[in-house]
Amino acid sequence: MFRYIVRRLLQMVLTFFGATFIVYALMFAVQDDPIQALVGERPITASQRAALTERYHLGDNFFAQYWYYMKGLLTGDFGTSMTNRKVADMLADAWPVTLRLSLMAIVIAATIAILAGVVSAIRRGSIFDNATLVVTLIVLAMPIVVIAPLAQLVFGIKLGWFPVTAGKDASLWQLLLPAGVLASLVVATELRVTRASVAENLRADYVRTARAKGLTGARVIGVHVLRNSLIPVITLIGVDLGALMSGAIVTEKVFNIPGVGFNLFRGIRTEDGPLVVGFVSVLVIVFLVVNLIVDLLYAALDPRIRYE
Amino acid sequence: MSDTKSRSLSSDAWHDLRRNKIFWIASVLVVVVLLMAAWPSLFTSADPRDCVLSRKHAGATGGAIFGYDFQGCDVYAKTVYGARYSIVVGVFATLISGVIGLGFGLAAGFFGGWLDAVLSRFIDVMLGIPLLLGAIVLAKRLSADPASNGVFAVTVTLGLLGWTTAARVMRSSVIAAKNQDYVAAARMLGAGNSRLLFRHILPNSMASFIVVLTILLGINIASEATLSFLGIGLKGDAISWGIAISDATGYVRVAAGPLIWPSLFLAATVLAFIMLGDAVRDAFDPKLR
Repeated sequence: MFRYIVRRLLQMVLTFFGATFIVYALMFAVQDDPIQALVGERPITASQRAALTERYHLGDNFFAQYWYYMKGLLTGDFGTSMTNRKVADMLADAWPVTLRLSLMAIVIAATIAILAGVVSAIRRGSIFDNATLVVTLIVLAMPIVVIAPLAQLVFGIKLGWFPVTAGKDASLWQLLLPAGVLASLVVATELRVTRASVAENLRADYVRTARAKGLTGARVIGVHVLRNSLIPVITLIGVDLGALMSGAIVTEKVFNIPGVGFNLFRGIRTEDGPLVVGFVSVLVIVFLVVNLIVDLLYAALDPRIRYE
Repeated sequence: MSDTKSRSLSSDAWHDLRRNKIFWIASVLVVVVLLMAAWPSLFTSADPRDCVLSRKHAGATGGAIFGYDFQGCDVYAKTVYGARYSIVVGVFATLISGVIGLGFGLAAGFFGGWLDAVLSRFIDVMLGIPLLLGAIVLAKRLSADPASNGVFAVTVTLGLLGWTTAARVMRSSVIAAKNQDYVAAARMLGAGNSRLLFRHILPNSMASFIVVLTILLGINIASEATLSFLGIGLKGDAISWGIAISDATGYVRVAAGPLIWPSLFLAATVLAFIMLGDAVRDAFDPKLR
Protein backbone atom coordinates (compact mmCIF):
# COMPACT_ATOMS: atom_id res chain seq x y z
CA MET A 1 0.00 0.00 0.00
CA PHE A 2 2.74 2.44 1.02
CA ARG A 3 4.70 1.66 -2.14
CA TYR A 4 1.58 2.25 -4.21
CA ILE A 5 1.01 5.66 -2.63
CA VAL A 6 4.61 6.70 -3.23
CA ARG A 7 4.47 5.52 -6.83
CA ARG A 8 1.18 7.26 -7.42
CA LEU A 9 2.55 10.50 -5.94
CA LEU A 10 5.62 10.35 -8.18
CA GLN A 11 3.36 9.78 -11.18
CA MET A 12 1.29 12.75 -10.09
CA VAL A 13 4.36 14.99 -10.03
CA LEU A 14 5.19 13.94 -13.59
CA THR A 15 1.62 14.44 -14.78
CA PHE A 16 1.44 17.78 -13.01
CA PHE A 17 4.53 19.17 -14.71
CA GLY A 18 3.59 17.57 -18.03
CA ALA A 19 0.03 18.89 -18.06
CA THR A 20 0.94 22.42 -16.99
CA PHE A 21 3.76 22.36 -19.52
CA ILE A 22 1.35 21.42 -22.30
CA VAL A 23 -1.16 24.10 -21.26
CA TYR A 24 1.64 26.65 -21.20
CA ALA A 25 3.08 25.49 -24.52
CA LEU A 26 -0.35 25.63 -26.17
CA MET A 27 -0.76 29.18 -25.01
CA PHE A 28 2.79 30.13 -25.96
CA ALA A 29 2.90 28.37 -29.32
CA VAL A 30 0.91 30.60 -31.65
CA GLN A 31 1.23 33.82 -29.73
CA ASP A 32 1.80 36.85 -31.96
CA ASP A 33 2.32 39.98 -29.91
CA PRO A 34 1.12 39.82 -26.30
CA ILE A 35 2.07 43.42 -25.58
CA GLN A 36 -0.07 44.75 -28.41
CA ALA A 37 -2.88 42.48 -27.17
CA LEU A 38 -2.46 43.96 -23.71
CA VAL A 39 -2.59 47.63 -24.73
CA GLY A 40 -5.24 47.07 -27.37
CA GLU A 41 -5.58 49.39 -30.36
CA ARG A 42 -3.45 52.24 -29.03
CA PRO A 43 0.09 52.79 -30.33
CA ILE A 44 2.82 52.00 -27.84
CA THR A 45 6.16 53.74 -27.31
CA ALA A 46 9.45 51.89 -27.29
CA SER A 47 10.08 52.61 -23.62
CA GLN A 48 6.63 51.36 -22.57
CA ARG A 49 7.24 48.27 -24.62
CA ALA A 50 10.60 47.74 -22.95
CA ALA A 51 9.08 48.16 -19.49
CA LEU A 52 6.29 45.67 -20.21
CA THR A 53 8.77 43.21 -21.73
CA GLU A 54 10.86 43.48 -18.59
CA ARG A 55 7.84 43.14 -16.27
CA TYR A 56 6.41 40.03 -17.92
CA HIS A 57 9.81 38.45 -18.70
CA LEU A 58 8.92 38.42 -22.39
CA GLY A 59 12.57 38.74 -23.42
CA ASP A 60 13.46 35.43 -21.78
CA ASN A 61 13.35 32.13 -23.59
CA PHE A 62 10.46 29.69 -23.43
CA PHE A 63 11.77 27.57 -20.58
CA ALA A 64 12.61 30.55 -18.40
CA GLN A 65 9.09 31.86 -18.96
CA TYR A 66 7.64 28.47 -18.11
CA TRP A 67 9.68 28.56 -14.91
CA TYR A 68 8.17 31.93 -13.91
CA TYR A 69 4.70 30.60 -14.67
CA MET A 70 5.26 27.48 -12.54
CA LYS A 71 6.71 29.55 -9.72
CA GLY A 72 3.54 31.64 -9.78
CA LEU A 73 1.28 28.58 -9.80
CA LEU A 74 3.10 26.96 -6.89
CA THR A 75 3.08 30.09 -4.74
CA GLY A 76 -0.61 30.82 -5.39
CA ASP A 77 0.05 33.68 -7.81
CA PHE A 78 -2.06 32.89 -10.85
CA GLY A 79 -1.44 36.16 -12.64
CA THR A 80 -3.46 39.31 -13.14
CA SER A 81 -6.39 39.64 -15.51
CA MET A 82 -6.68 42.37 -18.15
CA THR A 83 -9.11 44.16 -15.85
CA ASN A 84 -6.23 44.40 -13.37
CA ARG A 85 -7.76 42.06 -10.81
CA LYS A 86 -5.74 39.24 -9.33
CA VAL A 87 -6.85 35.91 -10.78
CA ALA A 88 -6.45 34.43 -7.30
CA ASP A 89 -8.96 36.95 -5.87
CA MET A 90 -11.44 36.32 -8.67
CA LEU A 91 -11.12 32.61 -8.04
CA ALA A 92 -11.71 33.07 -4.33
CA ASP A 93 -14.94 34.94 -5.12
CA ALA A 94 -16.16 32.50 -7.74
CA TRP A 95 -15.13 29.22 -6.14
CA PRO A 96 -17.82 28.81 -3.43
CA VAL A 97 -20.68 29.17 -5.94
CA THR A 98 -19.24 26.61 -8.33
CA LEU A 99 -18.39 24.24 -5.50
CA ARG A 100 -21.97 24.34 -4.23
CA LEU A 101 -23.35 23.85 -7.71
CA SER A 102 -21.13 20.89 -8.51
CA LEU A 103 -21.68 19.23 -5.12
CA MET A 104 -25.43 19.46 -5.72
CA ALA A 105 -24.92 18.01 -9.19
CA ILE A 106 -22.86 15.12 -7.81
CA VAL A 107 -25.47 14.33 -5.14
CA ILE A 108 -28.34 14.44 -7.66
CA ALA A 109 -26.44 12.30 -10.15
CA ALA A 110 -25.34 9.76 -7.55
CA THR A 111 -28.86 9.42 -6.07
CA ILE A 112 -30.51 8.82 -9.43
CA ALA A 113 -27.71 6.61 -10.71
CA ILE A 114 -27.62 4.35 -7.66
CA LEU A 115 -31.39 4.00 -7.23
CA ALA A 116 -32.14 3.40 -10.91
CA GLY A 117 -28.99 1.35 -11.43
CA VAL A 118 -29.82 -1.06 -8.61
CA VAL A 119 -33.41 -1.45 -9.72
CA SER A 120 -32.46 -2.15 -13.34
CA ALA A 121 -29.78 -4.61 -12.25
CA ILE A 122 -32.27 -6.54 -10.10
CA ARG A 123 -34.92 -6.53 -12.83
CA ARG A 124 -32.70 -7.09 -15.82
CA GLY A 125 -34.63 -7.23 -19.09
CA SER A 126 -37.72 -5.61 -17.58
CA ILE A 127 -39.47 -2.60 -19.10
CA PHE A 128 -37.83 -0.36 -16.51
CA ASP A 129 -34.39 -1.69 -17.41
CA ASN A 130 -34.89 -1.24 -21.14
CA ALA A 131 -36.36 2.23 -20.69
CA THR A 132 -33.36 3.23 -18.55
CA LEU A 133 -30.96 1.99 -21.24
CA VAL A 134 -32.69 4.08 -23.91
CA VAL A 135 -32.88 7.16 -21.68
CA THR A 136 -29.21 6.92 -20.68
CA LEU A 137 -28.22 6.58 -24.34
CA ILE A 138 -30.13 9.74 -25.22
CA VAL A 139 -28.80 11.67 -22.22
CA LEU A 140 -25.28 10.49 -23.07
CA ALA A 141 -25.61 11.94 -26.55
CA MET A 142 -27.04 15.32 -25.51
CA PRO A 143 -24.29 17.93 -25.59
CA ILE A 144 -24.33 20.44 -22.75
CA VAL A 145 -25.05 23.27 -25.21
CA VAL A 146 -28.32 21.49 -25.99
CA ILE A 147 -29.35 20.45 -22.47
CA ALA A 148 -28.71 23.72 -20.64
CA PRO A 149 -30.65 26.14 -22.87
CA LEU A 150 -33.46 23.64 -23.52
CA ALA A 151 -33.87 22.87 -19.79
CA GLN A 152 -34.03 26.58 -19.10
CA LEU A 153 -36.60 27.02 -21.85
CA VAL A 154 -38.82 24.08 -20.89
CA PHE A 155 -38.64 23.96 -17.08
CA GLY A 156 -37.90 27.63 -16.43
CA ILE A 157 -39.80 29.63 -19.02
CA LYS A 158 -42.55 27.41 -20.46
CA LEU A 159 -43.54 25.34 -17.44
CA GLY A 160 -42.37 27.82 -14.81
CA TRP A 161 -41.40 25.08 -12.33
CA PHE A 162 -37.98 26.51 -11.57
CA PRO A 163 -36.42 30.01 -11.44
CA VAL A 164 -35.10 30.92 -14.90
CA THR A 165 -31.77 32.35 -13.74
CA ALA A 166 -29.84 32.15 -10.50
CA GLY A 167 -27.60 35.20 -10.23
CA LYS A 168 -25.39 36.15 -7.31
CA ASP A 169 -26.08 34.67 -3.84
CA ALA A 170 -28.36 32.09 -5.35
CA SER A 171 -30.43 29.93 -3.02
CA LEU A 172 -30.34 26.15 -3.18
CA TRP A 173 -33.73 26.24 -4.86
CA GLN A 174 -32.45 28.55 -7.60
CA LEU A 175 -29.45 26.31 -8.15
CA LEU A 176 -31.55 23.15 -8.44
CA LEU A 177 -32.24 23.33 -12.17
CA PRO A 178 -28.65 24.18 -13.19
CA ALA A 179 -27.41 21.44 -10.86
CA GLY A 180 -29.79 19.00 -12.52
CA VAL A 181 -28.44 20.03 -15.92
CA LEU A 182 -24.88 19.43 -14.75
CA ALA A 183 -25.90 16.11 -13.20
CA SER A 184 -27.25 14.94 -16.56
CA LEU A 185 -23.69 15.03 -17.91
CA VAL A 186 -22.47 12.32 -15.57
CA VAL A 187 -25.58 10.43 -14.50
CA ALA A 188 -25.75 8.14 -17.55
CA THR A 189 -22.29 6.64 -17.16
CA GLU A 190 -22.69 6.31 -13.40
CA LEU A 191 -26.00 4.53 -13.85
CA ARG A 192 -24.61 2.09 -16.39
CA VAL A 193 -21.60 1.26 -14.23
CA THR A 194 -23.81 0.77 -11.15
CA ARG A 195 -26.10 -1.52 -13.11
CA ALA A 196 -23.24 -3.60 -14.49
CA SER A 197 -21.45 -3.99 -11.17
CA VAL A 198 -24.61 -4.75 -9.15
CA ALA A 199 -25.64 -7.32 -11.76
CA GLU A 200 -22.23 -8.95 -11.49
CA ASN A 201 -22.21 -8.98 -7.69
CA LEU A 202 -25.72 -10.46 -7.49
CA ARG A 203 -24.28 -13.67 -8.87
CA ALA A 204 -21.40 -13.76 -6.36
CA ASP A 205 -21.04 -16.55 -3.79
CA TYR A 206 -21.20 -14.20 -0.81
CA VAL A 207 -24.67 -13.05 -1.88
CA ARG A 208 -25.87 -16.65 -2.03
CA THR A 209 -24.40 -17.20 1.44
CA ALA A 210 -26.12 -14.10 2.78
CA ARG A 211 -29.45 -15.25 1.37
CA ALA A 212 -28.89 -18.75 2.75
CA LYS A 213 -28.37 -17.27 6.21
CA GLY A 214 -31.93 -15.97 5.89
CA LEU A 215 -31.15 -12.26 5.56
CA THR A 216 -33.89 -10.11 4.08
CA GLY A 217 -33.62 -8.99 0.47
CA ALA A 218 -33.24 -5.36 1.52
CA ARG A 219 -30.27 -6.14 3.73
CA VAL A 220 -28.57 -8.30 1.12
CA ILE A 221 -28.91 -5.60 -1.52
CA GLY A 222 -28.47 -2.56 0.69
CA VAL A 223 -25.50 -3.74 2.71
CA HIS A 224 -23.76 -6.65 1.03
CA VAL A 225 -24.19 -5.96 -2.67
CA LEU A 226 -24.19 -2.17 -2.67
CA ARG A 227 -21.04 -1.83 -0.64
CA ASN A 228 -19.07 -3.88 -3.13
CA SER A 229 -20.78 -2.47 -6.19
CA LEU A 230 -20.10 1.17 -5.45
CA ILE A 231 -16.33 0.90 -5.60
CA PRO A 232 -16.13 1.20 -9.40
CA VAL A 233 -18.69 4.02 -9.28
CA ILE A 234 -16.43 6.02 -6.95
CA THR A 235 -13.58 5.88 -9.43
CA LEU A 236 -15.85 7.57 -11.94
CA ILE A 237 -16.03 10.71 -9.80
CA GLY A 238 -12.48 11.64 -10.82
CA VAL A 239 -13.18 11.29 -14.53
CA ASP A 240 -16.59 12.96 -14.17
CA LEU A 241 -15.01 16.04 -12.69
CA GLY A 242 -13.56 16.90 -16.10
CA ALA A 243 -17.04 16.74 -17.63
CA LEU A 244 -18.48 18.81 -14.77
CA MET A 245 -15.86 21.52 -15.27
CA SER A 246 -16.57 21.79 -18.99
CA GLY A 247 -20.30 21.66 -18.29
CA ALA A 248 -20.06 24.37 -15.66
CA ILE A 249 -18.76 26.89 -18.22
CA VAL A 250 -21.87 26.57 -20.38
CA THR A 251 -24.35 26.00 -17.53
CA GLU A 252 -23.19 28.98 -15.48
CA LYS A 253 -23.33 31.16 -18.57
CA VAL A 254 -26.86 30.08 -19.48
CA PHE A 255 -28.22 30.40 -15.92
CA ASN A 256 -26.16 33.49 -15.14
CA ILE A 257 -24.36 32.07 -12.11
CA PRO A 258 -21.20 34.05 -11.27
CA GLY A 259 -18.98 31.03 -10.64
CA VAL A 260 -15.68 29.84 -12.05
CA GLY A 261 -17.19 28.78 -15.37
CA PHE A 262 -18.98 32.10 -15.82
CA ASN A 263 -15.75 34.03 -15.24
CA LEU A 264 -13.93 31.78 -17.67
CA PHE A 265 -16.64 32.35 -20.26
CA ARG A 266 -16.39 36.10 -19.82
CA GLY A 267 -12.62 35.88 -20.07
CA ILE A 268 -12.92 34.04 -23.39
CA ARG A 269 -15.41 36.54 -24.75
CA THR A 270 -13.41 39.61 -23.72
CA GLU A 271 -10.18 38.02 -25.00
CA ASP A 272 -8.67 38.19 -21.52
CA GLY A 273 -5.72 35.82 -22.10
CA PRO A 274 -4.15 35.94 -18.61
CA LEU A 275 -7.52 35.28 -16.96
CA VAL A 276 -8.24 32.29 -19.22
CA VAL A 277 -4.81 30.76 -18.70
CA GLY A 278 -4.90 31.34 -14.95
CA PHE A 279 -8.35 29.77 -14.56
CA VAL A 280 -7.57 26.85 -16.85
CA SER A 281 -4.31 26.14 -15.00
CA VAL A 282 -6.08 26.08 -11.65
CA LEU A 283 -8.86 23.84 -12.98
CA VAL A 284 -6.31 21.41 -14.42
CA ILE A 285 -4.54 21.27 -11.04
CA VAL A 286 -7.85 20.64 -9.23
CA PHE A 287 -8.64 17.90 -11.72
CA LEU A 288 -5.27 16.21 -11.14
CA VAL A 289 -5.49 16.42 -7.33
CA VAL A 290 -9.04 15.04 -7.22
CA ASN A 291 -8.01 12.16 -9.47
CA LEU A 292 -5.08 11.41 -7.20
CA ILE A 293 -7.37 11.37 -4.13
CA VAL A 294 -9.89 9.14 -5.91
CA ASP A 295 -7.15 6.68 -6.87
CA LEU A 296 -5.85 6.52 -3.30
CA LEU A 297 -9.40 6.14 -1.98
CA TYR A 298 -9.99 3.32 -4.41
CA ALA A 299 -6.96 1.45 -3.15
CA ALA A 300 -8.04 1.99 0.46
CA LEU A 301 -11.64 0.91 -0.15
CA ASP A 302 -11.03 -2.28 -2.07
CA PRO A 303 -8.84 -4.73 -0.18
CA ARG A 304 -8.48 -6.85 -3.30
CA ILE A 305 -6.48 -4.13 -4.98
CA ARG A 306 -2.79 -4.47 -4.36
CA TYR A 307 -0.57 -2.47 -6.63
CA GLU A 308 2.93 -3.71 -7.07
CA MET B 1 -23.17 -21.05 -34.90
CA SER B 2 -25.72 -23.21 -36.60
CA ASP B 3 -24.40 -22.34 -40.05
CA THR B 4 -22.22 -24.97 -41.63
CA LYS B 5 -20.41 -22.30 -43.64
CA SER B 6 -17.65 -20.77 -41.54
CA ARG B 7 -17.68 -16.99 -41.31
CA SER B 8 -15.04 -14.46 -40.45
CA LEU B 9 -15.50 -12.18 -37.45
CA SER B 10 -16.48 -9.25 -39.65
CA SER B 11 -19.05 -11.10 -41.72
CA ASP B 12 -20.40 -12.54 -38.50
CA ALA B 13 -20.67 -9.04 -37.08
CA TRP B 14 -22.38 -7.82 -40.24
CA HIS B 15 -24.87 -10.66 -39.93
CA ASP B 16 -25.66 -9.48 -36.40
CA LEU B 17 -25.81 -5.82 -37.37
CA ARG B 18 -28.32 -6.38 -40.13
CA ARG B 19 -30.87 -7.49 -37.57
CA ASN B 20 -30.16 -4.65 -35.14
CA LYS B 21 -32.82 -1.94 -35.27
CA ILE B 22 -30.66 0.65 -33.54
CA PHE B 23 -27.99 0.17 -36.21
CA TRP B 24 -30.49 0.93 -38.97
CA ILE B 25 -31.96 3.98 -37.23
CA ALA B 26 -28.45 5.35 -36.63
CA SER B 27 -27.35 4.61 -40.21
CA VAL B 28 -30.37 6.37 -41.71
CA LEU B 29 -29.74 9.41 -39.49
CA VAL B 30 -26.06 9.47 -40.45
CA VAL B 31 -26.86 9.22 -44.17
CA VAL B 32 -29.40 12.06 -43.91
CA VAL B 33 -26.91 14.30 -42.10
CA LEU B 34 -24.16 13.47 -44.60
CA LEU B 35 -26.49 14.33 -47.49
CA MET B 36 -27.39 17.55 -45.72
CA ALA B 37 -23.73 18.41 -45.33
CA ALA B 38 -22.88 17.62 -48.94
CA TRP B 39 -25.91 19.03 -50.76
CA PRO B 40 -27.91 21.30 -48.44
CA SER B 41 -29.88 22.59 -51.43
CA LEU B 42 -31.56 19.18 -51.62
CA PHE B 43 -33.36 20.01 -48.40
CA THR B 44 -34.09 23.68 -48.79
CA SER B 45 -34.28 26.17 -51.61
CA ALA B 46 -33.96 29.14 -49.26
CA ASP B 47 -30.66 30.97 -48.81
CA PRO B 48 -29.54 30.87 -45.14
CA ARG B 49 -27.69 34.17 -45.59
CA ASP B 50 -30.74 35.96 -46.98
CA CYS B 51 -31.68 37.78 -43.79
CA VAL B 52 -34.12 40.67 -43.59
CA LEU B 53 -34.44 42.42 -40.24
CA SER B 54 -38.10 43.22 -40.81
CA ARG B 55 -38.80 39.47 -40.55
CA LYS B 56 -37.17 39.33 -37.10
CA HIS B 57 -38.70 36.47 -35.07
CA ALA B 58 -41.50 36.12 -37.61
CA GLY B 59 -43.46 32.89 -37.38
CA ALA B 60 -43.48 30.03 -39.86
CA THR B 61 -44.52 31.31 -43.25
CA GLY B 62 -44.12 29.94 -46.74
CA GLY B 63 -40.91 27.95 -47.07
CA ALA B 64 -39.54 28.87 -43.63
CA ILE B 65 -41.25 26.07 -41.69
CA PHE B 66 -39.32 26.86 -38.48
CA GLY B 67 -39.82 30.63 -38.66
CA TYR B 68 -37.15 33.32 -38.58
CA ASP B 69 -34.44 34.16 -36.04
CA PHE B 70 -33.38 37.46 -34.44
CA GLN B 71 -31.70 38.64 -37.63
CA GLY B 72 -34.61 37.60 -39.81
CA CYS B 73 -32.81 34.57 -41.26
CA ASP B 74 -34.71 31.42 -42.22
CA VAL B 75 -34.17 29.06 -39.24
CA TYR B 76 -34.78 25.90 -41.28
CA ALA B 77 -32.30 26.89 -44.00
CA LYS B 78 -29.72 27.91 -41.42
CA THR B 79 -30.13 24.64 -39.56
CA VAL B 80 -29.76 22.59 -42.74
CA TYR B 81 -26.66 24.49 -43.82
CA GLY B 82 -25.25 24.16 -40.29
CA ALA B 83 -24.70 20.45 -40.86
CA ARG B 84 -21.81 21.06 -43.24
CA TYR B 85 -19.25 22.51 -40.83
CA SER B 86 -20.29 20.14 -38.07
CA ILE B 87 -19.50 17.20 -40.32
CA VAL B 88 -16.36 18.76 -41.82
CA VAL B 89 -14.90 19.61 -38.40
CA GLY B 90 -16.04 16.29 -36.91
CA VAL B 91 -14.66 14.12 -39.71
CA PHE B 92 -11.30 15.86 -40.12
CA ALA B 93 -10.68 16.21 -36.38
CA THR B 94 -11.43 12.50 -36.02
CA LEU B 95 -9.06 11.68 -38.89
CA ILE B 96 -6.26 13.65 -37.22
CA SER B 97 -6.96 11.93 -33.91
CA GLY B 98 -7.15 8.58 -35.69
CA VAL B 99 -3.74 8.98 -37.33
CA ILE B 100 -2.08 10.11 -34.09
CA GLY B 101 -3.86 7.43 -32.05
CA LEU B 102 -2.95 4.75 -34.58
CA GLY B 103 0.72 5.74 -34.53
CA PHE B 104 0.95 5.91 -30.74
CA GLY B 105 -1.07 2.75 -30.21
CA LEU B 106 0.83 0.66 -32.76
CA ALA B 107 4.25 1.82 -31.60
CA ALA B 108 3.49 1.42 -27.89
CA GLY B 109 1.74 -1.92 -28.26
CA PHE B 110 4.04 -3.58 -30.78
CA PHE B 111 7.46 -2.50 -29.56
CA GLY B 112 6.65 -2.41 -25.84
CA GLY B 113 9.52 -1.83 -23.40
CA TRP B 114 10.79 1.67 -22.78
CA LEU B 115 9.00 3.10 -25.83
CA ASP B 116 5.69 1.87 -24.42
CA ALA B 117 6.56 3.33 -21.00
CA VAL B 118 7.36 6.75 -22.47
CA LEU B 119 4.34 6.86 -24.79
CA SER B 120 1.95 5.64 -22.09
CA ARG B 121 3.19 8.26 -19.64
CA PHE B 122 2.66 10.89 -22.32
CA ILE B 123 -0.91 9.67 -22.77
CA ASP B 124 -1.39 9.89 -18.98
CA VAL B 125 -0.21 13.48 -19.07
CA MET B 126 -2.61 14.30 -21.92
CA LEU B 127 -5.46 12.73 -19.94
CA GLY B 128 -4.64 15.14 -17.12
CA ILE B 129 -6.08 17.98 -19.21
CA PRO B 130 -9.87 17.92 -19.59
CA LEU B 131 -10.64 18.19 -23.33
CA LEU B 132 -12.59 21.42 -23.26
CA LEU B 133 -10.07 23.24 -21.06
CA GLY B 134 -7.20 22.34 -23.39
CA ALA B 135 -9.34 23.25 -26.37
CA ILE B 136 -10.14 26.68 -24.92
CA VAL B 137 -6.46 27.57 -24.64
CA LEU B 138 -5.43 26.08 -27.99
CA ALA B 139 -8.41 27.22 -30.07
CA LYS B 140 -8.08 30.74 -28.70
CA ARG B 141 -4.50 30.88 -29.93
CA LEU B 142 -5.08 29.19 -33.28
CA SER B 143 -8.07 31.31 -34.21
CA ALA B 144 -6.36 34.61 -33.46
CA ASP B 145 -6.59 35.60 -37.15
CA PRO B 146 -9.80 37.67 -37.42
CA ALA B 147 -10.23 36.89 -41.13
CA SER B 148 -10.55 33.11 -40.69
CA ASN B 149 -13.88 31.45 -39.98
CA GLY B 150 -12.25 29.18 -37.40
CA VAL B 151 -12.88 25.86 -39.15
CA PHE B 152 -9.18 25.05 -39.43
CA ALA B 153 -8.45 26.10 -35.84
CA VAL B 154 -11.25 24.03 -34.32
CA THR B 155 -10.44 20.97 -36.44
CA VAL B 156 -6.77 21.02 -35.48
CA THR B 157 -7.57 21.70 -31.82
CA LEU B 158 -9.99 18.82 -31.44
CA GLY B 159 -7.77 16.53 -33.52
CA LEU B 160 -4.68 17.23 -31.43
CA LEU B 161 -6.45 16.80 -28.09
CA GLY B 162 -8.85 13.92 -28.68
CA TRP B 163 -6.65 10.98 -29.67
CA THR B 164 -5.84 9.52 -26.24
CA THR B 165 -8.69 6.99 -25.95
CA ALA B 166 -8.10 5.79 -29.52
CA ALA B 167 -4.40 5.30 -28.78
CA ARG B 168 -5.11 3.33 -25.61
CA VAL B 169 -7.62 1.08 -27.33
CA MET B 170 -5.25 0.48 -30.25
CA ARG B 171 -2.39 -0.29 -27.88
CA SER B 172 -4.33 -2.91 -25.95
CA SER B 173 -5.68 -4.62 -29.07
CA VAL B 174 -2.18 -4.72 -30.58
CA ILE B 175 -0.82 -6.28 -27.39
CA ALA B 176 -3.62 -8.85 -27.49
CA ALA B 177 -3.05 -9.57 -31.18
CA LYS B 178 0.73 -9.84 -31.13
CA ASN B 179 0.68 -12.77 -28.70
CA GLN B 180 -1.55 -14.83 -30.97
CA ASP B 181 -0.26 -17.99 -32.59
CA TYR B 182 -0.65 -16.71 -36.13
CA VAL B 183 1.73 -13.86 -35.39
CA ALA B 184 4.28 -16.28 -33.97
CA ALA B 185 3.81 -18.47 -37.04
CA ALA B 186 4.30 -15.55 -39.41
CA ARG B 187 7.41 -14.50 -37.49
CA MET B 188 8.81 -18.02 -37.74
CA LEU B 189 8.23 -17.95 -41.48
CA GLY B 190 10.56 -14.98 -41.55
CA ALA B 191 8.13 -12.05 -41.73
CA GLY B 192 9.71 -8.72 -40.83
CA ASN B 193 8.33 -6.19 -38.35
CA SER B 194 6.50 -4.11 -40.93
CA ARG B 195 4.90 -7.17 -42.55
CA LEU B 196 3.81 -8.47 -39.12
CA LEU B 197 2.42 -5.08 -38.17
CA PHE B 198 0.55 -4.15 -41.29
CA ARG B 199 -0.47 -7.53 -42.71
CA HIS B 200 -1.23 -9.48 -39.55
CA ILE B 201 -1.65 -7.37 -36.43
CA LEU B 202 -3.26 -4.20 -37.76
CA PRO B 203 -6.18 -5.81 -39.64
CA ASN B 204 -7.04 -7.81 -36.53
CA SER B 205 -6.88 -4.80 -34.22
CA MET B 206 -8.99 -2.41 -36.25
CA ALA B 207 -12.51 -3.30 -35.01
CA SER B 208 -12.53 -1.64 -31.60
CA PHE B 209 -10.37 1.21 -32.92
CA ILE B 210 -12.98 2.07 -35.55
CA VAL B 211 -15.73 1.89 -32.94
CA VAL B 212 -13.85 4.38 -30.74
CA LEU B 213 -13.40 6.69 -33.72
CA THR B 214 -17.11 6.56 -34.58
CA ILE B 215 -18.02 7.61 -31.05
CA LEU B 216 -15.24 10.22 -31.12
CA LEU B 217 -16.82 11.67 -34.27
CA GLY B 218 -20.01 12.28 -32.29
CA ILE B 219 -18.06 13.78 -29.40
CA ASN B 220 -16.12 16.06 -31.77
CA ILE B 221 -19.33 17.37 -33.31
CA ALA B 222 -20.63 18.15 -29.81
CA SER B 223 -17.33 19.79 -28.85
CA GLU B 224 -17.34 21.94 -31.98
CA ALA B 225 -20.80 23.21 -31.05
CA THR B 226 -19.68 23.87 -27.48
CA LEU B 227 -16.59 25.80 -28.61
CA SER B 228 -18.66 27.79 -31.10
CA PHE B 229 -21.18 28.49 -28.32
CA LEU B 230 -18.35 29.84 -26.15
CA GLY B 231 -17.14 32.07 -28.99
CA ILE B 232 -13.84 30.33 -29.74
CA GLY B 233 -15.07 27.89 -32.36
CA LEU B 234 -16.48 28.81 -35.72
CA LYS B 235 -17.11 32.49 -36.29
CA GLY B 236 -17.52 35.10 -38.94
CA ASP B 237 -19.71 33.96 -41.80
CA ALA B 238 -19.57 30.28 -40.80
CA ILE B 239 -23.00 28.77 -40.17
CA SER B 240 -22.85 26.50 -37.14
CA TRP B 241 -25.38 24.94 -34.80
CA GLY B 242 -23.29 26.08 -31.83
CA ILE B 243 -23.39 29.73 -32.95
CA ALA B 244 -27.12 29.49 -33.70
CA ILE B 245 -27.81 28.11 -30.21
CA SER B 246 -25.61 30.75 -28.60
CA ASP B 247 -27.39 33.55 -30.49
CA ALA B 248 -30.83 32.15 -29.70
CA THR B 249 -30.26 31.88 -25.93
CA GLY B 250 -30.52 35.65 -25.69
CA TYR B 251 -34.02 35.65 -27.15
CA VAL B 252 -35.64 32.50 -25.76
CA ARG B 253 -38.41 34.47 -24.11
CA VAL B 254 -39.37 35.98 -27.47
CA ALA B 255 -38.83 33.08 -29.83
CA ALA B 256 -38.01 29.49 -28.92
CA GLY B 257 -37.78 28.08 -32.47
CA PRO B 258 -34.30 29.37 -33.29
CA LEU B 259 -33.06 27.58 -30.13
CA ILE B 260 -35.02 24.34 -30.45
CA TRP B 261 -34.28 23.35 -34.05
CA PRO B 262 -30.49 23.59 -34.16
CA SER B 263 -30.45 21.88 -30.74
CA LEU B 264 -32.52 18.97 -32.01
CA PHE B 265 -30.43 18.55 -35.17
CA LEU B 266 -27.23 18.68 -33.15
CA ALA B 267 -28.46 16.17 -30.55
CA ALA B 268 -29.75 13.81 -33.26
CA THR B 269 -26.45 13.91 -35.14
CA VAL B 270 -24.36 13.21 -32.03
CA LEU B 271 -26.80 10.49 -30.97
CA ALA B 272 -26.62 8.86 -34.41
CA PHE B 273 -22.83 8.49 -34.31
CA ILE B 274 -22.81 7.26 -30.72
CA MET B 275 -25.57 4.70 -31.45
CA LEU B 276 -23.72 3.56 -34.56
CA GLY B 277 -20.55 3.05 -32.54
CA ASP B 278 -22.47 1.23 -29.80
CA ALA B 279 -24.19 -1.09 -32.27
CA VAL B 280 -20.96 -1.95 -34.10
CA ARG B 281 -19.18 -2.60 -30.81
CA ASP B 282 -21.94 -4.96 -29.68
CA ALA B 283 -21.69 -6.82 -32.99
CA PHE B 284 -17.91 -7.19 -32.74
CA ASP B 285 -17.81 -8.11 -29.05
CA PRO B 286 -17.69 -11.91 -28.85
CA LYS B 287 -18.51 -11.81 -25.14
CA LEU B 288 -22.07 -10.71 -25.89
CA ARG B 289 -22.74 -13.64 -28.18
